[in-house]
Amino acid sequence: MEIIKVGMADAAVAKSPDKIRTTGLGSCVGVVLYDRNKKIAGMAHVMLPDSTLGKNLETNLLKYADTAIPTLINRMEEIGANSRMLVAKLAGGAQMFTFLSQNDTMRIGPRNVEACKQVLKEHSIQILAEDTGGSSGRTIEMDAETGILQIRMVNQGTKEV
Amino acid sequence: MMQIGKMGEFQLDVLREVGNIGAGNATTALSHLIQKEIDMTVPQVKIISFHEIADFIGGDEVVVIAVFLRVEGDCPGNMFFILDIPSADYLLEHLMGTLPKRSEESQFTEMELSALHEIGNILAGSYLSSLADFTKLNMQPTVPSLAIDMAGALLSYGLIELGQAGDYALTIDTAFFEGNENVRGHFFLIPDPDSFETLFTSLGVPLHGDY
Repeated sequence: MEIIKVGMADAAVAKSPDKIRTTGLGSCVGVVLYDRNKKIAGMAHVMLPDSTLGKNLETNLLKYADTAIPTLINRMEEIGANSRMLVAKLAGGAQMFTFLSQNDTMRIGPRNVEACKQVLKEHSIQILAEDTGGSSGRTIEMDAETGILQIRMVNQGTKEV
Repeated sequence: MMQIGKMGEFQLDVLREVGNIGAGNATTALSHLIQKEIDMTVPQVKIISFHEIADFIGGDEVVVIAVFLRVEGDCPGNMFFILDIPSADYLLEHLMGTLPKRSEESQFTEMELSALHEIGNILAGSYLSSLADFTKLNMQPTVPSLAIDMAGALLSYGLIELGQAGDYALTIDTAFFEGNENVRGHFFLIPDPDSFETLFTSLGVPLHGDY
C-alpha cells in the first residue's frame, strides 16, 4: 500500500489498495472522486474558483476548480475509471482568518466550495459527503479500497465520511 | 509586470535588505516588550512554489500561531508573523507573568489570544513603518487577524492573491530567536507581484539584470 501525496494546486489518482492524501487544506478545497466498481480514487487540491480570473495565460490547470476537476476526471478515465460512475466528496474551503472588511479575496474559501459544486453539477457527479467551511485547516486522506475519506482537524480529532 | 523569476542577484540583495530593515525594527520592538535580547538571521529571499512555503516552518501540518495582515497602499502585499506554540508560551509568561495552563496544546484563553494578537500587531506595525520610512512609500497594515492551525492551511491563504498571477511567490523570510532559543518565529513578507516594480523604482534600483 502506498500513500500518494497531493500538493497545493495539484492532483493525483490511485487504485486500490493505495491511498491519496493532501495536507493543510485551508481555504483550498480537496475534491475527491471515486469509482466504487473499479476502486479508483482521484483527488485535487483546488486553490481558486475560476481560471478566467487568472492574470496570465500560462496557467496551471490544477489550480482552478473549473479546470482541475475535468483534468482529474480525464486522468481517472486513463487508468480505467468510468466517468459516469463517479461520486464526489468535498472537504476544505475554510475561512482561516476573520476580518472586519469582507472583500471577495478574503471570502475565497466559500467561493471555492461553490465553484467546485457547480463544476461537479455540470459533470452530473453526485456529492455524497462534504465537510466544508468553518475556520479550521484540514488534512484529508482517501482510501481507494473503501472510498472512505478521513478528515483530520487540529483539536477536533479525526472523522470519516 | 515584472517577472519574479527574472530578478537578478542585485535585486534579491535589495529585497534582503528590505527584510533586514523591517525585521530589525520589529525584533527591537519585541526585545523591548519582553526585556530580553533577540537575535535575527539574515533574511532569506526565496522564490518558491506554493507547496514549498510551509516547509520553512517544519511542514504543512505543524501547528503554528499566525498573525496575518494585508499591506495596503503603494506597495500591497501580505504579511505573516509566525510563532510556534512553545515560543508563544514563553512570550506570554514574560508578558503576563503567568504560566499558561491548558489541557490541549493549542487552546489559548481569550486573554492570551488577545496578548498574542497585540504582539503581532506591534511587530508587524514596526516592520512596516520602518519599511515605509526607508522606501518613502505609503504602506498601511490592515487590522491583523490571528489564527492557530496547520501551517500549510494558514500560509496558503496569503498566497491566493499570487495564485491568480503565477505559480510562484517571492517571500522575504526572517527568523528570530532569543539567546537560549526560547522564542523562535518568522516574519514573512509576500509582496503582490505588481509591487516589486514600485518598490524597486522608489529605491532607484534598476528593474532588470545584474548590477
